Amino acid sequence: MSQTVHSSGDHQPDENRRDFLTLATTAVGVVGTGVALWPFVDSMNPSKDVLALASVEVNLANIAVGQAVKVMWRGKPVFIRHRTEREINEANEVALNELVDPQADDARVEKKEWLIVVGVCTHLGCIPMGTATGEARGDYDGWYCPCHGSHYDTSGRIRRGPAPKNLEVPTYTFLTDTSVRIG
Amino acid sequence: MRKFALTAIAAAFAVTAFTGTAARAAGDTPVPAAQDWSWQGLFGTYDRAQLQRGFQVYKNVCAGCHSLRFIAFRNLEGIGFNEDQIKAIAAEYDIEDGPNDDGDMFTRPGKPSDYFPSPFPNEKAAAASNGGAIPPDLSLMTKARVAGPDYVFALLTGYEEEAPEGFDLSDGKSYNHYFPGHQISMAPPLYDEAVEYSDGTPATLEQHSRDVVAFLNWTAQPELEARKELGLQVILFLIVLTAMLYALKRKIWRDIEH
Amino acid sequence: MSAPQWNNKVVKWVDDRLPVISMLHHSAYEYPTPKNLSYMWNFGSLAGFVLVTMILTGIFLVMNYTPHTSMAFESVERIMRDVNHGWLIRYIHMNGASMFFICVFIHIFRGLYYGSYKAPREMLWWIGILILLAMMATAFMGYVLPWGQMSFWGATVITNLFSAFPIIGDPLVTWLWGGFSVDNPTLNRFFSLHYLMPFVILGLVVLHVWALHSVRSNNPTGVEIKTPQDSIPFHPYYTIKDLFGLGVFLIFFCAFVFFAPDYLGHPDNYIPANPLVTPPHIVPEWYFLPFYAILRSIDFTILGIPAKLLGVLAMFASIVILFVIPWLDTSKVRSSKFRPVYKWFFWLFVIDTFILGYCGAKAPDDYFMGIPGLKVIVMGQLSTLYYFVHFLVVMPLVGKLERTKPLPASISESVLKEGANA
Repeated sequence: MSQTVHSSGDHQPDENRRDFLTLATTAVGVVGTGVALWPFVDSMNPSKDVLALASVEVNLANIAVGQAVKVMWRGKPVFIRHRTEREINEANEVALNELVDPQADDARVEKKEWLIVVGVCTHLGCIPMGTATGEARGDYDGWYCPCHGSHYDTSGRIRRGPAPKNLEVPTYTFLTDTSVRIG
Repeated sequence: MRKFALTAIAAAFAVTAFTGTAARAAGDTPVPAAQDWSWQGLFGTYDRAQLQRGFQVYKNVCAGCHSLRFIAFRNLEGIGFNEDQIKAIAAEYDIEDGPNDDGDMFTRPGKPSDYFPSPFPNEKAAAASNGGAIPPDLSLMTKARVAGPDYVFALLTGYEEEAPEGFDLSDGKSYNHYFPGHQISMAPPLYDEAVEYSDGTPATLEQHSRDVVAFLNWTAQPELEARKELGLQVILFLIVLTAMLYALKRKIWRDIEH
Repeated sequence: MSAPQWNNKVVKWVDDRLPVISMLHHSAYEYPTPKNLSYMWNFGSLAGFVLVTMILTGIFLVMNYTPHTSMAFESVERIMRDVNHGWLIRYIHMNGASMFFICVFIHIFRGLYYGSYKAPREMLWWIGILILLAMMATAFMGYVLPWGQMSFWGATVITNLFSAFPIIGDPLVTWLWGGFSVDNPTLNRFFSLHYLMPFVILGLVVLHVWALHSVRSNNPTGVEIKTPQDSIPFHPYYTIKDLFGLGVFLIFFCAFVFFAPDYLGHPDNYIPANPLVTPPHIVPEWYFLPFYAILRSIDFTILGIPAKLLGVLAMFASIVILFVIPWLDTSKVRSSKFRPVYKWFFWLFVIDTFILGYCGAKAPDDYFMGIPGLKVIVMGQLSTLYYFVHFLVVMPLVGKLERTKPLPASISESVLKEGANA
């Protein structure tokens, strides 16, 4: 080794320097390691191709009054219900203070005849029944979740059962009178 | 011992050098001349205008036979198009989708999330339309050949109208200096004025080739700019950290005879 | 070992029940290490670092990789293009394989130079060779996963090696493939094993370190630790030295990852696997080239054993022979520093492996370094010959005949002498 032997004379001022150096180097090293882990964490976030599919366009022309359909959006069903006059009235007649998660029907729809909600029960993620014709719609004419018995009304609001919240309303825009883009 | 260490490190480099040159074994085809590309070097970046010209060449010429299956319209953001331009470009393409509610496939205008459609429905159709040769997908072309960009450029500009005296050229093939075996199924795809550039760049065969190679290098390595930028930051950081570690090492070892 | 007294109550409570903290303290903190280790002793810990990096990047790659022939190539491209930082993770993994072999090869050559395989370190050496073998299997199977042209044809050529064995050869290969050619079943099992093997390597590394700590580190003089003055505690002296080495190594590693990520790879692997077309020039990854050259250099028959089988045997023998060198080396001196004759043979051997690597990369009928009349295959045969002569003839003979230089009485003495000379 060509390393020279150091004389160990002036120790005192060095002690401080070594402490500072140790601290500084450790800090830089820890920060570096932390930053280096970010790409791994980030790689688990939705990738670009997944994000690119995050919106879906739906043609509403074929959905008759009183009918509802399910469409896939971000891997989840979205319920689109073409509400009848009676269903709209039902949704508006209920007093807000009777609701578990008080929200007016106006705040949940853009056009009153079209109810668009994410079809995932806010309890534990099951898909409520009531979209297809003839399925049980629960006690409030909306949807009924078979997993744990949550009842939703014609505005997709929770009325009875363990679910804590109303069915979520996705962001959507009407492109024309008969087509809507969800997401 | 220091000599030992140095030798070992030199050896490690030599190994890498070996493999690099080894891959160049070429037979009787000439080695493509090295070109200057804007993305070379530590600080090299793509030239957006060039990428867009290259895209124009791909779209108007190459796309007739060659697919680009790993590229979606949304990716064109990377060559400098904005959202509306991308939507307009995507809408020019017919994309097969379906089945619809009647169970039929249908075509609709493209969306940004769609991928560039393949010119042929399947490989057999591609072979049937091209005298048995399947035009390769171009997404990764510049990475899939040794010295890829130089090779593709040399190939595009390396056609000869007549095969040399005594060379037995099969029907339907063209003579190319750089293609292994010299007989290539692709007729000369580019020529002067093959595409009209809107930015006034002279539309020569060489310029077309250069631009389309740039575009294809982007399709093969869209991450290149982000990679180099991050690389510089990482290496600068490591140099600082390593210098600090070295100083600390000297401090800790100063009283040890070793 | 005397367990240290822990002040922290939680630490003490755990340690009284499972002395894992004492164990770590003993092996990574107070472990008495020769004070004269050179930077050549950094490569073991560097290899360990790369192993951890490979496992980490590998786990995250698997989250987006699909082991099916129709989707493998696409899923890798999706990682490169769409997954956040996917290109970075994949390029680290890809180049990490090369970095792993660089570290391990230097580590092995260091062991050969300083006689680290000699008694009492035979078990340590053996476990090391097992690690090398496991690494080779892992690297080979990993290279198949992207399902490019080199993946497919590399898998085809290497699995076909096993067909060289008489009688069992063909059924063995069919069994390895799970079919009649390399196909989806092959890809699936390689994926399974590629995920498993790194943890086997990790286990072997634990044994390797265990063996090391029981026999203690060798050092440049080859003289064992005799007095407390010869050694220093591992921490902080070697932790900081290893960390500094790691910094330098990471700069080298990152230079490849960020600025030449495909330099060590082969362009053909960016072409999807095509069972109908073999690439004109099949080359394994650089770290297999010397072994590949040995395999190819046997193009003759001995005692009725066909060339194909001989080549395979020679290739396996080139690694298996490492197991017996503790007994082939007859010298009483460990370190080549004090072996003036053997030292030259050592460097000749190093050059020989480089020549083998070069030959492995070239077509057999090319000319060696462009020298007219000297075919690569001939040069490969000569180098293969020396490879085995080195172990089977040079090691035993030089060990017996050589007059070694006088050894220092102890590590401290050698350090003082060198210090004075500097």
